[in-house]
Amino acid sequence: MTEIPLTHVLILSSLLFIIGFVGVVVRKNTLFMLMSLEVMLNAVGVAFIGAGSVWQEADGQIMFMLILTLAAAEVAVGLALLIRMQRRYRTLNIDVLNQMKG
Amino acid sequence: MSLLASLPLYPLLSFLILISFGKRLSWVMASWVSVGAMAAAAFCSMYLVHQLSTSDTSVITAHMWQWFSIGNAKVNVSFYLDALSAVMILVVTGVGFLIHLFAAIYMKSDENFTRFMAYMNLFIVAMLVLVLADNLVLLYLGWEGVGLCSFLLIGFWYQEKSNVLAARKAFIVTRIGDTAMAIGLFLLFKSLASLNIAEINQLAQTTISFTSNSMNAEHSDAYWAALLLLGGALGKSAQLPLQTWLPDAMAGPTPVSALIHAATMVTAGVYLIARMNGVFLMAPEVMNYVAWLGGTTLLIAGVAALAQNDIKRVLAYSTMSQIGYMMLALGAGAWSAGVFHLMTHAFFKALLFLTAGAVILALHHQQDIFKMGGLLKRLPVEATLFLVGLACLIALPGTSGFFSKEAIIASLWSSPTAGPSLWWCAILGALLTSIYSCRLFFLAFLGKARFPENLVISDHIETNKLLRGALFILALLSLFGGLVTVDLSSLFSSYKPSVVSSIDSPSWLHVVAITTPFIGIIFSWFYYRRYRIVTDEPLTVSHSAWIVFCRNGLGFDTLYSRLLIKPYCFIAKLNKNDVFDQILMLIAWYVRIWRDILSVSQSGSLRWFAAAFGLSLVGLICVVIL
Repeated sequence: MTEIPLTHVLILSSLLFIIGFVGVVVRKNTLFMLMSLEVMLNAVGVAFIGAGSVWQEADGQIMFMLILTLAAAEVAVGLALLIRMQRRYRTLNIDVLNQMKG
Repeated sequence: MSLLASLPLYPLLSFLILISFGKRLSWVMASWVSVGAMAAAAFCSMYLVHQLSTSDTSVITAHMWQWFSIGNAKVNVSFYLDALSAVMILVVTGVGFLIHLFAAIYMKSDENFTRFMAYMNLFIVAMLVLVLADNLVLLYLGWEGVGLCSFLLIGFWYQEKSNVLAARKAFIVTRIGDTAMAIGLFLLFKSLASLNIAEINQLAQTTISFTSNSMNAEHSDAYWAALLLLGGALGKSAQLPLQTWLPDAMAGPTPVSALIHAATMVTAGVYLIARMNGVFLMAPEVMNYVAWLGGTTLLIAGVAALAQNDIKRVLAYSTMSQIGYMMLALGAGAWSAGVFHLMTHAFFKALLFLTAGAVILALHHQQDIFKMGGLLKRLPVEATLFLVGLACLIALPGTSGFFSKEAIIASLWSSPTAGPSLWWCAILGALLTSIYSCRLFFLAFLGKARFPENLVISDHIETNKLLRGALFILALLSLFGGLVTVDLSSLFSSYKPSVVSSIDSPSWLHVVAITTPFIGIIFSWFYYRRYRIVTDEPLTVSHSAWIVFCRNGLGFDTLYSRLLIKPYCFIAKLNKNDVFDQILMLIAWYVRIWRDILSVSQSGSLRWFAAAFGLSLVGLICVVIL
């Protein structure tokens, strides 16, 4: 099994993170924003796994477990909010929720 | 609690009840409460005066609590009853009770009846505090209190703009005097270290630094203190040069004019000067000013009264002129004569005002005497009562006004601070009084009826025995009140021996003084002939420049308007945007700019927040790494 160098892992993870971030900022639909958030979380997960395998440590995988759990919890809350939003505003456009405007 | 301390409590309680329950009380209840409280106060004060006259001490005091203390001087809330305040509380509660009785019936149909009676009661409270106070601060409290009530009651019918303006004018003009008086109090405290009235009167005579001129000052402290106190008295008692508010104050309901602007409040200035006689005696120049101001005011007011058309304004100017007599007496050092005239004046002027009120009510609020006439046949009782009042005002021999006015006039000639010229002033004033009184009576009660033929004289008055009762008691008091001898001479310290002059009064003085009113009556009997006979030729109101000038109170209003009000308004207009305010507003402007900038960033859009979050993180990392 060939060793994957750490640089490659980090480049992949950074690319995924940037894609996710751009998705969060650019998409208007809240559902897609949530999905982009997941992408960002998984990008971090890739970085942990890659680092763990390079140093032959289990810590990276444990951290990934934690991130997965966090992501699951976050999605549960996020989707519940999405449903409330759909019921109340009949749309998922995030720009509708700007009542906190100063 | 002693009886003296509880005296102002009755009207105060009544005021509180009326003001808190207001419209929930029926007319019967409200008038029982307010008039009953006044009756209780009147009986109390009668008993107190009886107690005072029978006891050995000449003073009754009631100490309630200490208000505050300045250094070693204590300012107490305590009352002090001597012969002078005894006269005052009798007048305030006695005449006040009769006027309340009248007012309860007069104002019956007014929708704000309870508010009216509440203010009247509050006025009595303040007036009692004023006359009973044992120190000048408490006196000042009562002084301001009566000013407030006067303001509230002149503007009682506040829906009409002219009434509100009159109330404001009265308040502002008297405020000028009050300011002078407040400064006078500070000066007295500074030089005598006390505010207790009895102490001040005593210290004023004995403290050398108070009476003597200091090194480079032209006048002593006593001079300035007396002058400043005089300022307060002039404002409250409507004397020259602060007299302009009184005729306009007639905008209030007639019982108010009777109670506040004739019988009690306007005499507070006279009371103040009599009360502070110790200070005034130390400043003979100021006594001289008092006499001259009183003399001038009584002549000016007498001339102005000759040209008035409104029955209440005639009476207002006559009040001003009678207070001028009191001031004249005080200035001449005839303290008890002045206070005696204050008492008799309260009786007959209250009678005149209330009778005028009854006439006005009977004619459905007609106040113009040129639209009355011939009322002697239609309202015989009122006409007789009015005649009684006028007889006292003219000082016909035998009436109470005669005794008091003669006492004043007799004291003038030989007084060191008055003298023959002021004596002639007083005689001329008496002549004017009798002329304008006759003119008023002829116009209103004699001659041809000039009100519309079909006007039904309302019999609202006819049925009310109670109202007539109040008037009858006042008429009796006016006629026979002069028989009560008020001897207050023991109370007032006399002149320093050095200034007592030895001028003897010539014997013809009394003859002149007694015959003057008759000369006036005979003169007007012929001069105002067309006012009293029944003819068909219509009466015309003269509009010649001279008459209009007199009718407007000899142009004082115009003068003050040109001299003070216009320049003040001009300056106020120039500074409409308030230069200093603008400077302060710069700070607000600066803050607002920043607020605007920052609030743009709070767009409320989540995507913008996320972008800003991410970008600033990147920026931060860049800064850390590079």
